[in-house]
Amino acid sequence: MTVRVGESARALPFQKAALPLLDDAQLRKNVRHATDTIQRKRGLVVAEQTDWQELRTAASAIKRHTLKHLDTYLTQFEERFTAAGGVVHWASDADEANRIVLGLVQQYGGKEVIKIKTMTSDETRLNEALEQAGVHPYETDLAELIIQLGHDKPSHIVVPALHKNRAQIREIFLREMGLKELGNRPEDLTAAARRFLREKFLRVKIGVSGANFLIAETGGVCIVESEGNGRMCLTMPEVLISMAGIEKVIPSFEDLEVFLQLLPRSATGERMNPYNSIWTGTHEDDGPKHFHVVLLDNGRTSILADKESRQTLHCIRCAACLNTCPVYRQTGGHAYGSSYAGPIGAIFTPQVLNMEHAQSLPYASSLCGACYEVCPVKINIPEVLIHLRGRVVREQKSALDPEALGMKAMATVFGSRHRFEAAQRLARVGQWPVVSHGWVRHLPGMMGNWTAVRDMKAIPDQPFRAWWKQRQKKQEKQA
Amino acid sequence: MRITLFITCYNDTLFPETGQAVVRLLERLGHEVVFPLDQTCCGQMHYNTGYQREAVPLMKRFVETFREAETICIPSSSCVAMIRDHYPLMAEESGDAELVRAVEELLPRIYELSELLVKKLGLEDVGAYYAHRVTYHASCHSLRGLQLGDIPLRLLRKVRGIDLVELPNIDRCCGFGGTFAVKNGDVSAAMLAEKMKDVENTTAEVCTAVDNSCLMHIFGGLHRARAGVKTVHLAQILASTEAEGEA
Repeated sequence: MTVRVGESARALPFQKAALPLLDDAQLRKNVRHATDTIQRKRGLVVAEQTDWQELRTAASAIKRHTLKHLDTYLTQFEERFTAAGGVVHWASDADEANRIVLGLVQQYGGKEVIKIKTMTSDETRLNEALEQAGVHPYETDLAELIIQLGHDKPSHIVVPALHKNRAQIREIFLREMGLKELGNRPEDLTAAARRFLREKFLRVKIGVSGANFLIAETGGVCIVESEGNGRMCLTMPEVLISMAGIEKVIPSFEDLEVFLQLLPRSATGERMNPYNSIWTGTHEDDGPKHFHVVLLDNGRTSILADKESRQTLHCIRCAACLNTCPVYRQTGGHAYGSSYAGPIGAIFTPQVLNMEHAQSLPYASSLCGACYEVCPVKINIPEVLIHLRGRVVREQKSALDPEALGMKAMATVFGSRHRFEAAQRLARVGQWPVVSHGWVRHLPGMMGNWTAVRDMKAIPDQPFRAWWKQRQKKQEKQA
Repeated sequence: MRITLFITCYNDTLFPETGQAVVRLLERLGHEVVFPLDQTCCGQMHYNTGYQREAVPLMKRFVETFREAETICIPSSSCVAMIRDHYPLMAEESGDAELVRAVEELLPRIYELSELLVKKLGLEDVGAYYAHRVTYHASCHSLRGLQLGDIPLRLLRKVRGIDLVELPNIDRCCGFGGTFAVKNGDVSAAMLAEKMKDVENTTAEVCTAVDNSCLMHIFGGLHRARAGVKTVHLAQILASTEAEGEA
């Protein structure tokens, strides 16, 4: 796997990280409730779009084409963005991206920044880098604000605080905003957030954002959101710094027609996002006077080089795969050890971050295929998961690993009819210590994970092939 | 028609009654069943767990064993999905043009059992009788892999005596996922708990599917919980008749 410095280097493997989450009844209830609600809304607005499958095909084709000519489109974006008055910076990894942003903040004399929700800055752990240098970042997306104030971590790509319910959010606001009293209605909470944030919007001179799309043709940066707080960050500060992965570029303005139909319906179950901002360069009497884009690689070119997993870079971060995933449904996002949770995180994270837990992520899926079915850009996530499992086995597993030895032995058994039949006999005869009344209730080692909550029927006396042979003999005799 | 059976390694070893039911059903419908003894495993477990190199000889073995067969029936949608979704790429990567062609020629002759009955043989009523309250679990590979849609349900609706009840959240995985159930046993158990609740809420006596792998998982949980619901492969329901009894 790619060796790279990144977030959560000490994160636990998925299986271990999942344990306390599985025990958290409130969290699981919150996750089920939120994902069910979004899925229901998504289902309605997808069903009314009669050309949904054609849109998915188109989006997938645009992404494939763009990735094939990524160098051309990135250079074109740089030219047009620069011509419109902006400055492009290239960062090969997370640390370089953070250094560039911090350097810009210091250059403009800032001690604070306001942030619009950005996955990329979560990926590079920008907030930590800024805080270490004495710069305070304020998250302005409501959910990100809840996460920041709660000293928590995001658990969902689109709805980062979905693991918290209203009562829990109220407690965080009361405590962290230093309020004497606060109502429990949704409008009480949003009003508190508004009061808290409005003052930051008016005061802070530097905004940091991500990008949903970088338009090569125009040099424009497109950001979609639901609250309008993002629009504040894009328009009010004097300096705007946008950080985006290099895969976010699309060839033309016209391509937005496809993506802006797919993204909101997939992400929040809305026909259109309430706020769609496209920002092109700087303007004399309007918006930021200085506009910088930091284009981040951080492992993306190595994903691009792998033809099986290249499709990972199609992702438009809608999180539909999280909402439909039966595994995510049980654990929420924190088990994935990165802000990229769910099925997309299980394929993206191990490819870009060098983490101890990375090799557990491709296995954090039952390969049920629900993610592929809903993906608006047709990423065949199960296929990529299987491919990455292959890389884990080939690149990371010792040949003496018990699992590897077992798998190789099984392959040898299946390699010959006689070995297979002998193994069937051996298993049948050898199972007696664990069988009682026709059932296996406890198994040793890894298989104990099965018998922890499941019984297993004992291997029957006669396999199918023995029955078949017997029957053939009988029929031959009769003939 | 001469139908060649690929029983699959785990049905052969753990669920012989399913294979016997397939034979009984197809012969009752007037077909000849052939079972090549050289068959072992399609390689799914190896392939999906990351041991793709180890799966290649198993693919070659499958192709060799079944290349002369005119119609192949497999009572397991996940094994069919393995063959359809992965064999072409595996053959291509082996760089063996002859193997690529052999796989290409083989694929259209491979059918999952319910697919064979409805799509190839044009049947929905197979003359079965099964007087139980039954709910149908759609395995992920049958639903999203093979896109079987309501094919198994169309067969079940024509079974005489059956009281068929809909399983809520039918499109949700039971948590088996092959080695997933062992590697991520706790998450798998949480998924299974939800599935068991859905099954029990139907008050069905029997939960059926086209894959014994899911059923082994679901029944493993139901048996441990003493839920009093059993699992039966679709083939066994379809093979059952009023005259001959249950398969």
